[in-house]
Amino acid sequence: MIDPDNLKYTRDHEWIALEGEVGTIGITDFAQKELGDIVFVELMQAGTVVTAGKEMGTVESVKAVSEVYSPVNGTLEESNGDLSSKPELINQDPYGRGWMVRVRLSDPAQVARLMDQSSYEAYLKQEASGQ
Amino acid sequence: MTAPRLLPLHDRHQSIGARFMEFAGWQMPLQYSGILAEHGAVRQAAGLFDVSHMGEVGVRGPSAGEFLQRMTMNDILALEDGKAQYSGLLTAQGTLLDDLIVYRVGNADYRLVVNASRVSIAFEWLREQARGAVEVTDRSAGMALLAIQGPEAASILAKVCTESLALRPFRHAVLRVAGVDSRVARTGYTGEDGFEIFVPADAATTVWDGLLEAGREDGLRPAGLGARETLRLEAGLLLYGQDIDETTTPLEAGLDRFVALDKGEFIGREVLLRQRQGGLTRRLRGFEMEEAGIARTGYGVWAGEERVGTVTSGGFAPTLRKSVGLVYLPCEMRERTIQVEIRARRAAARLMSLPFYRRKISQARLG
Repeated sequence: MIDPDNLKYTRDHEWIALEGEVGTIGITDFAQKELGDIVFVELMQAGTVVTAGKEMGTVESVKAVSEVYSPVNGTLEESNGDLSSKPELINQDPYGRGWMVRVRLSDPAQVARLMDQSSYEAYLKQEASGQ
Repeated sequence: MTAPRLLPLHDRHQSIGARFMEFAGWQMPLQYSGILAEHGAVRQAAGLFDVSHMGEVGVRGPSAGEFLQRMTMNDILALEDGKAQYSGLLTAQGTLLDDLIVYRVGNADYRLVVNASRVSIAFEWLREQARGAVEVTDRSAGMALLAIQGPEAASILAKVCTESLALRPFRHAVLRVAGVDSRVARTGYTGEDGFEIFVPADAATTVWDGLLEAGREDGLRPAGLGARETLRLEAGLLLYGQDIDETTTPLEAGLDRFVALDKGEFIGREVLLRQRQGGLTRRLRGFEMEEAGIARTGYGVWAGEERVGTVTSGGFAPTLRKSVGLVYLPCEMRERTIQVEIRARRAAARLMSLPFYRRKISQARLG
């Protein structure tokens, strides 16, 4: 299981766990709670070139549609096939069985520029107080 | 923009963990435990909704019945004391100014429950049109409206009512609910058996708490606007402002059985008569997605290479576990499949008759 302490986070509420040159990506617990019951997930196919900050899939809850953005540049290697029949895995286990894609990074150093756990938590607090 | 209004039970909703959304100028509970869980509770057990944002207009006086016969599309003469009917206020063009439920309390005393977004428009229209011995009053302030819906609703309500619950569908009566005199109607907006309970706002907490406590062991859950939306869409019930508005007539919307064209003169009748005699060009249809994807309100609808309409209401139907929607389509269209434009692609959908979901009659426990 992935330890949220060792993840990196984006301002759009995606997380990435890097192992070598391959990053596993999903959406954060905060994001899944905001969306509510997730009922449909659409992800780009293996082989697709993804760009940091650009859309690489869509998550739909009962209430809303939300784009998922890639935290990094690279090539999509695999997407989580379980999500097509069980999209609720994202609600139940956002950092585990609810992972979305694995991406081979073209520049692994990019990850260092993302937020760590404590900065992401500070960011969430700041967002909440700004509302 | 002014700040949204708070429901009489706002603090209660907040204390049990509701998430809120703004709707028609009100801060409404969107969900408590989650839309799917709340939807499921209403289909399988029961849900409790706070719908106090709805408006209530009183129409009283010796000419009240005659007045409403001219103002509404359904037949007021079909009502008797203690009966309610679904109806609509029409413009002179035959389009819907609002859809509503008319409750007859006495032969000179009617109550109309109108949409939150249309309270002032409906009220002003009625007051402007009132002639003779009719008094139109906005009774929305001070009124709370709770809805308990689902197969267990009747047995739960019976636990907190002193009188026996002999109400049939679309009947109403004043009953003592959790010690509070309330008007109880066997109506709803979910496709399930259920009741709507009119309570003085200052006693709403007592009734809300009493019902939740009584239903604790029967699976009763508080339910928000999110579940109300998925439930009504599955049941093929229309939402004013999306499926119907001042650009649509009740015949186009498929509300034919609530339009009494032969009752005599009423506002909008001439246009509807012409439509009935072959002038209908479009009609509201239901569809379910055949390909993956969720049809959302506002998405474009295509038949081959022709753009034929826009989804008026669309979303995920939890009971059917697929996406459904409503769309106005040309009457002459013979295709049975359409394509819904979901972001960059067009996904196939199949036209089907409404409602998408119909409860089994055996599930309704008739008091």
